[in-house]
Amino acid sequence: MLPLALCSCTGIQSVLDAQGQSAVLLSNLIFLIVFICAIVWLCVMAMLFLALFRRDRTANQNPTAERAMGRVVACAVCATVAIIAGLTVFSFYTTRGLNSLEDEEVTIRVRAQQWWWQFIYHDRDRRRMFQTANEIHVPVGKTVRVFLEGVDVIHSFWVPSLAGKQDAIPGRENVLTFRANRAGIYRGQCAEFCGLQHSHMAFLVIAEPEDNYLQWEDQQRGNSMEPREMEARSGKEIFMNKQCSACHTIRGTLAAGTTGPDLTHVGSRLTIGAGLLERTPGSLAAWIADPQTLKPGNNMPLVPLTAQELRQVAGYLEGLK
Amino acid sequence: MSSISHRNSTLFLLCAAIGMVGSAAEIGYLRAPRQYRIDPPVAASLQALKLMPNGIAGAPPPVYVALDKPYEKTAYDLSQGKRLYGWFGCVQCHGEGEGGRGPSFLDGWWYYGPSMVSIVASIRDGRPHGMPAFKDKMTTEEMWQLSGYIKSIGAYSANINAPARNDDRQTRPAENRAPAASQFNEGPIPVHVDQGPSP
Repeated sequence: MLPLALCSCTGIQSVLDAQGQSAVLLSNLIFLIVFICAIVWLCVMAMLFLALFRRDRTANQNPTAERAMGRVVACAVCATVAIIAGLTVFSFYTTRGLNSLEDEEVTIRVRAQQWWWQFIYHDRDRRRMFQTANEIHVPVGKTVRVFLEGVDVIHSFWVPSLAGKQDAIPGRENVLTFRANRAGIYRGQCAEFCGLQHSHMAFLVIAEPEDNYLQWEDQQRGNSMEPREMEARSGKEIFMNKQCSACHTIRGTLAAGTTGPDLTHVGSRLTIGAGLLERTPGSLAAWIADPQTLKPGNNMPLVPLTAQELRQVAGYLEGLK
Repeated sequence: MSSISHRNSTLFLLCAAIGMVGSAAEIGYLRAPRQYRIDPPVAASLQALKLMPNGIAGAPPPVYVALDKPYEKTAYDLSQGKRLYGWFGCVQCHGEGEGGRGPSFLDGWWYYGPSMVSIVASIRDGRPHGMPAFKDKMTTEEMWQLSGYIKSIGAYSANINAPARNDDRQTRPAENRAPAASQFNEGPIPVHVDQGPSP
């Protein structure tokens, strides 16, 4: 039974596997509260059983015993007040510590929408800003500040291993800061029911050493790679001439739609469809062939393509590293 | 005596409750099963539009009538049509139905007639003065769903079938409402000189 109960304590999406500054504070708080409450419960149970099985039932008739009992009750009341006050103060300081990081290194604007995440990396120089979807990279040990915004309905940004939840509300900007203490891949999930595909609205946070991060950032800033192979080149042509380019942007080409995810470097992402499928040429083709069967209700229409065209477009997208 | 009438009324209430649950189950059972993709032969038949030589109006494919005109009657298809309206950029020229660079759907004036066949043909093959052809950008089913929705925007009477509401703010009257007759009296908004003056 115990292994079954504990099997969800580790993994890429677990509050109990805290790897971020705020997540550690939160898990310390919950462990402390559970620990103290467990001790209190044990004490109460011990007292209860003591009272139930006491032999001498006449002892409490005399005034001295009554006075002693009064003292015990007074002590219990004082202890209760002290424990509750202590936990309140601890909880207050934990909450205050959550967004106390000032020296932010990376600023990301998150636009949550049905049912995917748009991430815009900020930079003072507008030309150095870039966009990605459903996957962010962050440097380990550096503070990341995210500005959250809902595009259509209320969503909630939640990476359990790194930080607490924060809602993304249309017409409002919420701020959350977090810091990954260890390199790794952490999964995030929309934590506010937002419609049909709420459960398929996930994203990945990839924390990596700063050198790797800067390299990734440089590569993401660049325009898309020009396809070399024949197949991918035809794929590009189809992408531009069919409905695809009306909704998707691929920087460095004519495709400049803003309704769907930016696909400039889709080939470098681990998943597609907001964490729905692993990114492979096959899954890309399957997704384009029939997005409504894979993720019913999502906002990508089926655009009729022949088997050959499908292979070419999937090849093109796969090559956008 | 009073205990018998009390028992009778209890029995009546019980029967009524069972009846209500039963009819709810029946309605649930009769609900049109969701079909995400039509059968290829049906799609092929829906492609075969018989149009008048001038491209305006014609006879609907027999299969459409045999299926009981699903694209005008099923809430799911109307909702899909509404989504396609946004996805395929109809808004760019026709607005939320009020028109713009392209003609309005709300005013009740149809340059090519209000029949489904005409609307499908307009989407499929395009029309002069800027309406592009969506022949190889949409599936047949999508074109019919979109046509059903467009027809519902400019309908002349209220309809019991309605597409889903928007999650965000509504910018236009509901699609299944009774139209405001005043809109029809103004005549169509002329969009191109070649298409003649307003009547």
